[in-house]
Amino acid sequence: MAGNVDISNLNKIFDNRIRLGIMSVLMINDEISYNELKELLQVTDGNLASHLKGLEESGFVKVQKGFIGRKTNTTYSITKAGEKAFRQHLDALEQMIRKTK
Amino acid sequence: MSEEQTLDALKDIRTMMERSSRFISLSGWSGIAAGVCALGGAAVAYPYVKGDYQNLVPSNAATAQMVNRHSISGIISHPLFLIAACTFIAAFITAFIFTYIKSQKENIPIWGKTSARLLINGAIPLVTGGLFIIRLLQMSYFGLVAPACLIFYGLSLLNASKYTYREIRWLGIAQLILGLLSCWNIGYGIYFWTIGFGVMHIVYGAIMWWKYDRN
Repeated sequence: MAGNVDISNLNKIFDNRIRLGIMSVLMINDEISYNELKELLQVTDGNLASHLKGLEESGFVKVQKGFIGRKTNTTYSITKAGEKAFRQHLDALEQMIRKTK
Repeated sequence: MSEEQTLDALKDIRTMMERSSRFISLSGWSGIAAGVCALGGAAVAYPYVKGDYQNLVPSNAATAQMVNRHSISGIISHPLFLIAACTFIAAFITAFIFTYIKSQKENIPIWGKTSARLLINGAIPLVTGGLFIIRLLQMSYFGLVAPACLIFYGLSLLNASKYTYREIRWLGIAQLILGLLSCWNIGYGIYFWTIGFGVMHIVYGAIMWWKYDRN
């Protein structure tokens, strides 16, 4: 089966809607706050935090902690490695579609 | 991964990218409402405009000293200025209401990075145009007011189109063309203005409603 080659390029980490969503948003926004991300993806705190942690541990996402007045403001941005991995994932998805056409 | 899952994943990516970069709650009804307000404003203003042209333009054009002929307070208390201001406010509020309703329906927050970017980038040419027009009024260049409204509004839409639906670019280009045509048809400004702000908005709103809101 020719399809096997492509599947190896699909990144297991992105095999989840929330993580895929986080990466999509970070690809086109230089940085985004935790709350904005939560609103965009419409997920619960626990869910979002654990997926962000996962992406951070893989080295795909960077965290910056700061303050707005007294409130903590955590922002996220994509790393070089994250960008590269996500692009490869997109290419693999594209190739899969081409194969099935 | 099946084909269906792959397509779903791509659809998700696309949705998230659009959602986080462009303000997509702009409702077609907002365009229609703004157009209706403009038609109303133009109808109320029409008798004043016709009167002013006959009385003011020939005599003022003849005067060499045009700098600061009219005071700012004189301009902003003129009935035409008040009609224009009320029209703008009514159009903005009604447009906002329909967009607010749409954003509630789609569960997208109305105030966020995307709407802020849209407003700021739309406002820059618009405020510039507004100040420029006040200066035109001060110097009695009444004939250039309608073309300036259309041109600066067209530029504003062109700039804003990067932060919302791309189609708004075409509305901007239409306003620019009308504004430029109007420059060579001084004295018919009210007609160009009515087509641009009234008819074009309604046409645009109807197209957008058909394309995105109907379902």
